[in-house]
Amino acid sequence: MDTNISFKLKVWRQAGPKEKGHFETYELQDIPTDTSFLEMLDILNEQLVEKGEEPIAFDHDCREGICGMCSLYVNGHPHGPATGATTCQLYMRRFHDGETITVEPWRSAAFPVIKDLMVNRNALDQIQQAGGYVSFNTGGAQDANAIPISKVAADEAMDSASCIGCGACVAACKNGSAMLFVSAKVSQFALLPQGKAEAKKRVKAMLSKMDELGFGNCTNTGACAAECPKNIKLSNISRLNREYICAKLSD
Amino acid sequence: MWLINSSVGRKVIMSVSGLFLILFLTFHALMNAVALISFDAYEAVCEFLGANWYALLGTAILAGGFLVHICFAFLLTWQNRKARGNDRYAVSARPKTVEWASQNMLVLGIIVLCFLVLHLAQFWAKMQLPEIVGDAPASGYSALQAAFSQLWVAPVYLIGFCAIWFHITHGFWSALQTIGTANEKWIVRWKCIGWWWATIVVGLFAVEVIYFTWFFAI
Repeated sequence: MDTNISFKLKVWRQAGPKEKGHFETYELQDIPTDTSFLEMLDILNEQLVEKGEEPIAFDHDCREGICGMCSLYVNGHPHGPATGATTCQLYMRRFHDGETITVEPWRSAAFPVIKDLMVNRNALDQIQQAGGYVSFNTGGAQDANAIPISKVAADEAMDSASCIGCGACVAACKNGSAMLFVSAKVSQFALLPQGKAEAKKRVKAMLSKMDELGFGNCTNTGACAAECPKNIKLSNISRLNREYICAKLSD
Repeated sequence: MWLINSSVGRKVIMSVSGLFLILFLTFHALMNAVALISFDAYEAVCEFLGANWYALLGTAILAGGFLVHICFAFLLTWQNRKARGNDRYAVSARPKTVEWASQNMLVLGIIVLCFLVLHLAQFWAKMQLPEIVGDAPASGYSALQAAFSQLWVAPVYLIGFCAIWFHITHGFWSALQTIGTANEKWIVRWKCIGWWWATIVVGLFAVEVIYFTWFFAI
């Protein structure tokens, strides 16, 4: 059904990291409901450029939900009201005619605003660099059944590995905690034999990097898992706790 | 020390102290239940505990548990607010699967703490404290009578119990998740066990308070 809607867009504008930000309201007329949220922002930006105003800065790249670049806190939800989808997979049919849509950048002390709706998510890269990899050469691909791995473990590792590192978990968490991200990155290795060799070192390094960068402490509210565009499960956090506690106790 | 320096360690402290307090509450409710059956038997329980060395040691450990749990609650909340940053969201929505209690643990804890102060003033300050200083302690029966013969006490206690119920329904499974004993299956099981545990323990307290109020005030 191709209907058009008109609505108000309340957008956070901030000229730079040190500048003071504020909300600006824009009126959008006759936007087709099969427009994606980011295309709608493109339309608005074109209008702004034509008027000689500064376009709204926002992050985006692949626009097919796999790169983890898009962000935006839309109407109180990271990646908007749709579940299991990124902002680029959000369509205007989710909104109503005459509605006011509030768009904010992700807020966390570890994610400082660069400009408008763009935040610096480099902290997640730093956590990955601290140990989110296997540091030895695993060689060529072996025969599929050379190392038996249970289907359950393989599936869970694959599910954890689907984390795109967008940071929605941090944005959703009232404590600004990155535990869901770290737990997914730790779990994808902890569940598989290749990852076990460095498991203790990895979990300690990644967790202490997370703490060092100013992320909060997990209080198990579960907002992260509820808002995650890749449906990363909350049980990963328990695995991370288990891995960390066991690694520390065996020191 | 990783228990204090790491985020997971600090949560382990909250978790273990919280589970310890849940165990204490369970014993507390059971010991009170003795008074539902016979006030003489309840008096014997009060006598047995009193200010003996083991009761004092137990009280000290318990007070330590409370102190650690409360201090770390404030420390963690302060750190978490700092991690959230100075700018707050203008619009925020709570996803359906997020329990209300889980986002309000500190507020619930503060209500419980206020209730605890009142409760200690009504009972501990009249029973164990005088015995420690060397005065004659009030009997269990007279302390119950002094407290529950006043009608305002029951509603205030019930408010405190509600806060405890909400606090435990989240706290129980959260504690077990924090010490790493949960997975997809066990999160659901712990939530269920925690809900029943909280309901039975708090329900028992509520029955006791209603019975005492009925007995002494009506």
